Amino acid sequence: MKVELYLLVVLIALSLVFYFFNPKFFSLENIFDMLRNNAFLGIMVLGELVVLISGGIDVSLTAIATVAQYIMGILLVQNYLNNILVTMLIPVAVGLVLGIVNAIFIYYSRVHPVIITISTLNIFYGLLIFLTQGKWLYRFPSFFRRFSKINIITLVNQKGVPYGLSIFVILWFSLAILTWIILSYFSIGRKVYALGGNQEAARRAGFSVFKIYIFTYGYAGALAGFASFVQAQLSQIIQPNAIVGRELDILAAAILGGASIFGGSGTVLGVVLGTILIAIIRNGLILMRISSYWHELVIGVLFVIAASIVLLRRRQKRRKVVYQ
Amino acid sequence: MHQDVLISLRNVSKYYGGVVALKNLDLDVYKGEIHGIVGENGAGKSTLVKILTGVIRPEPGAEINIEGEIFSSLTPFLAYQKGIHVVHQDLSLFPNLTVLENITIHTYLKSFLVNTRKLRKMARVVLENLGINIDLNTRVGDLPLADQEIVAICRAIFGEAKLIILDEPTASLTSKDVSRLFEFMRELQKKGISFIFISHRLDEVLEICQRITVLRDGISVGTFAREEMNKEKLIELMIGKKLSKIQKERSSCGIDDEVILEVKNLSKHPEFSNISFTLRRGEILGIIGPRGSGRTEMALSLIGLNPPDFGEIWFEGKKIKIKDYKEAVNLGIFYIPENRLTQGLVLDQSLAYNIAITNLKKLSRRGYVSAKGIVDFARQAIEIFKIKSPSPVVPVRMLSGGNQQRVVLAKWILAAPKVLILDSPTAGVDVGAREAIYRLIHEIVQKGIGCIWISDEASEILNNCDRLLVMKHGRIIGEYFPYQLSEEELNEIIKE
Repeated sequence: MKVELYLLVVLIALSLVFYFFNPKFFSLENIFDMLRNNAFLGIMVLGELVVLISGGIDVSLTAIATVAQYIMGILLVQNYLNNILVTMLIPVAVGLVLGIVNAIFIYYSRVHPVIITISTLNIFYGLLIFLTQGKWLYRFPSFFRRFSKINIITLVNQKGVPYGLSIFVILWFSLAILTWIILSYFSIGRKVYALGGNQEAARRAGFSVFKIYIFTYGYAGALAGFASFVQAQLSQIIQPNAIVGRELDILAAAILGGASIFGGSGTVLGVVLGTILIAIIRNGLILMRISSYWHELVIGVLFVIAASIVLLRRRQKRRKVVYQ
Repeated sequence: MHQDVLISLRNVSKYYGGVVALKNLDLDVYKGEIHGIVGENGAGKSTLVKILTGVIRPEPGAEINIEGEIFSSLTPFLAYQKGIHVVHQDLSLFPNLTVLENITIHTYLKSFLVNTRKLRKMARVVLENLGINIDLNTRVGDLPLADQEIVAICRAIFGEAKLIILDEPTASLTSKDVSRLFEFMRELQKKGISFIFISHRLDEVLEICQRITVLRDGISVGTFAREEMNKEKLIELMIGKKLSKIQKERSSCGIDDEVILEVKNLSKHPEFSNISFTLRRGEILGIIGPRGSGRTEMALSLIGLNPPDFGEIWFEGKKIKIKDYKEAVNLGIFYIPENRLTQGLVLDQSLAYNIAITNLKKLSRRGYVSAKGIVDFARQAIEIFKIKSPSPVVPVRMLSGGNQQRVVLAKWILAAPKVLILDSPTAGVDVGAREAIYRLIHEIVQKGIGCIWISDEASEILNNCDRLLVMKHGRIIGEYFPYQLSEEELNEIIKE
């Protein structure tokens, strides 16, 4: 609870700062915009959270998203799809399969997940570029565009332009709730925490580490697939190099949100707040008219501060245990 | 089958290639008994545990009889089902999960969903029955080690264990924690739970176990009732040879419970780092390691001659900061240096002078020290320490190495130390004289002094110390009881 509380305080404080610089910050239109633009990141982060809790790390999620998105895109462009529901599920299925591939490599090679997922990042992305020559996909069927415009609440601003709370934000929050339910109330979710807390003890307790890996990386892959659907919806164009490169944002949001890089801890609420924090920072910097070159620097510095706080707390706790 | 036997092993063997881990082992564990298993490192204890918990299979021909059911081997699942649980030395707990989750963790193997409310009720019942009042919602990682140990045992109880194997459960516990643990075990014993207690701490084994099985080189040397055993007999059975006189005495010596010196995280870059240990009254703690391992530097930091960068020193229960050797001496912490010729004696002065120099308070009257007083004192020392010298006024330069060392010992021991730090006390002393010096040290330690014995000779440390620490590259890399290791093994460990 403590981490989430700190986050909330920081969020509110930052919001006030940005509001002071530009009152437009707190406008509903801006808030809805922010949330919609970060739904993609938010969903990716949920998957990364599960992986981090298990004691691993996955940097290939952006590549998985790209491949999933592209396969959906090809089917769309060739007019094989006419149903938004099916269209939504294709990248999820692709992501699930690629995630399971990760899990199998990680389990059987006994190599640290960071190394395996760096490899698969390159393999998945490399293969895709090789096969597609990096060609963009666009001019999707109209049902695909129609879905992207759905808003849950619609309002009109001063200039008469309508705006609203996008359906993708609802989807993001729904997936967050689903992830929370699985992690808290399903035994597979608890096993992920257990594995991250003490891998040897999990093995000794009789847990199938293989099955836990399959779930963890498979779920992350599936969510990455869904996120790629959202991203394609929002931009209505599929560019192979659009997603890869945003790994830092995903990790930053997760770790700022309290997920420990050592495994065993992290909450859905925390990483949702972490994503919103990153969203607020980027948005605030824009509204303050600070050059976008500074954005990465700011995010980077915050990341270092957050990671240091986590490490310091851990060291303090260790010292406390030693003296007992 | 005897009515009260829970588990019976017959003809259990395990070979790894040509190496015998266990051979024709027979073992019976009664219901409601605490059964100790002792043996040197490599005697087969962990192999036995792995066979009992189904992690490995014994050679064909083995018979594992659990309450009448006979198996030729077990699997982890089967062992668990039959009520055989193990608490490893590292406890195998999940520090990031709550006490409740850790205790009920095995339910996750069967069910899809987690029913916290039901589990909480069941766990509460178990804990109440045992009189444990640890909060179910605490993160296990936040609990003190002794409580974690209890949680680990509760996990086994919740899983309906009939036999709980404890592997070195008390390694990191204080004696108060150990008493609490033993009380808990006795409660469980009354309810019919059996324990296998594996430990190197023979005093504890003798305290808590009803019967003790000794393993040596893969075979069972026998199972003995606690009443017919003592520490000396146990050690002799474990190592397979008779103890030397000194070792016998040390084994029967009571070491006080009271900690006289405690060192926490002592560090000085680059000489040594993170040194922590405790020393009790009447205990001889050996420190062994190759040259350059930081042993002497660390010892000097205990007496103010090499102040550490970091860490705490606690003496007689109080935290102290020693600025110079004089303060150490005033407290009663004495150091007998490695190099007696340059640091231990004033070579040109007489024997009497050398001995008197640390005992001036005793010898002076109103600021004056009489020459006669010094000589008389020296005569006493010569007699007590059996120093072979033509006369008390002979310059110590003329004495043999062994006798010189006795003078050094005498001068410090007569000054009534509370903690004696010996740095290579028999360096340059011939074999004949060593035995006598060992005897001297043991006699004085028996009076309630804590002794730290630094040496790089494995046999000297193994024969004289109650416990030993191995230092390498400035760190403590291991703590052992002398009967755990052979001389060859210890030399292997300290080899660079």
